[in-house]
Amino acid sequence: MVELTIDGIKTKVLEGTTVLEAAKEMGIVIPTLCYHPGLSPYGACRVCIVEVVKGNRSSLEASCTLPAEQAQVILTNSDKVRKTRKVIVELLLASCPNSKTLQDMAANMGINKVRFKIKDRGCILCGLCVRYCNEQMKSGGIGFVGRGTSRRVATAFDVTPEECRNCGGCEWICPVCERACTAGNLIDGLCGGCQNLVPVETCPICTGCSESVGPHGHKVY
Amino acid sequence: MNSQTLYHYSLYYWVKQLHQSPLDVSNSLCWEGVEKGSQTLDNERERVEAIVGEYGASRDSLISVLQDIQSALHYLPEHALRTVASQLSLPLIQVYGVATFFKAFSLKPRGEHIVNVCLGTACHVRGAPAVLDEVKRRLGIEPGETTEDMKFTLETVNCLGACALGPIVVIDGNYHGQMLLGKVKKVLREIERRTQRDETHE
Ligand code: SF4
Ligand code: FES
Ligand code: FES
Repeated sequence: MVELTIDGIKTKVLEGTTVLEAAKEMGIVIPTLCYHPGLSPYGACRVCIVEVVKGNRSSLEASCTLPAEQAQVILTNSDKVRKTRKVIVELLLASCPNSKTLQDMAANMGINKVRFKIKDRGCILCGLCVRYCNEQMKSGGIGFVGRGTSRRVATAFDVTPEECRNCGGCEWICPVCERACTAGNLIDGLCGGCQNLVPVETCPICTGCSESVGPHGHKVY
Repeated sequence: MNSQTLYHYSLYYWVKQLHQSPLDVSNSLCWEGVEKGSQTLDNERERVEAIVGEYGASRDSLISVLQDIQSALHYLPEHALRTVASQLSLPLIQVYGVATFFKAFSLKPRGEHIVNVCLGTACHVRGAPAVLDEVKRRLGIEPGETTEDMKFTLETVNCLGACALGPIVVIDGNYHGQMLLGKVKKVLREIERRTQRDETHE
């Protein structure tokens, strides 16, 4: 067991727990994008940064990959954290302006303008889809291709991989909800969700509320 | 529609699709092979298999295998990546990801000689663009391309860490510093002469 202080509250957690998980246990919410409880931590988006105080100095670290240590002092919502987080989300938004998840996150943080040049890349390279395919589906059909500015999520040779079972998980887990769908340039399309599912029902006066309609979503009016 | 029917529905479509489109790997056959005729392709295949065979089935040897194939064939053909993936029991995408990550690997056929012109800041101010233009003119290709006789591939880099020698052109790992337009001609000639000599020797 290690004892650490998060936002001034002392807590004890098992060794090997990450700071993010420890905070979650205490009910402290840290925003995340590339973290998923069922997948290995990856630390790609940096939205979950927290301030680690060491004496007079402090550093910013991604809490989802930061192991809890004895006598650690963590601030999850200091000025420094909030300011930096805002810039990070702003940058992410500049590369994916159409993502609902990112827009909501930005709105919550009080960002109402993106100061950076908007370049819609449709992917924030969070690696969720890649890890989902690998770890949950044990398939390994998609992965990162290229590097640097040309790094992207793709399948080998841009054809549907033999391993793909059309589970649609990559689409489902994506916080940007568009890139994994490559149906346009694959032979069969990757997730196949659009081919598997019956047409989506909508209310006759659909207002585009983005809630799903039908069995688990809202009522059809 | 309740969730049960929805589930059956999607299952039905899924199974139907499985039957309709058996995965056809042959239509993704590598384009290089088609052009090159089946004999070279068979030859390539054999060499790839020999190289892969040397390494056994250890996943750690992925990069070494790819390096060997790259230096033997001057590129990594699709069938080679597939062979490597199945031999090392790695997902194809992982092999593909590594092959596209490193600049040393190329998925397109590359020439015998790699001409690398540095366009880094220091070389740039010392006149690298003019050197590049001269090389382009002499070889008749753009950066990233290969001459038709498969002799030269032209590439550019951003700083080789030898700025004091700029502008720099690296040919097959040999550094030619302080390049001048006249020197480009000399160096390229030299290489052509050397390959000719090698060929007659053989
Ligand atoms: S496609 Fe979506 S899930 Fe996959 S890396 Fe990009 S943003 Fe993340
Ligand atoms: S959630 Fe921690 S870096 Fe993305
Ligand atoms: S800029 Fe050419 S070697 Fe540094």
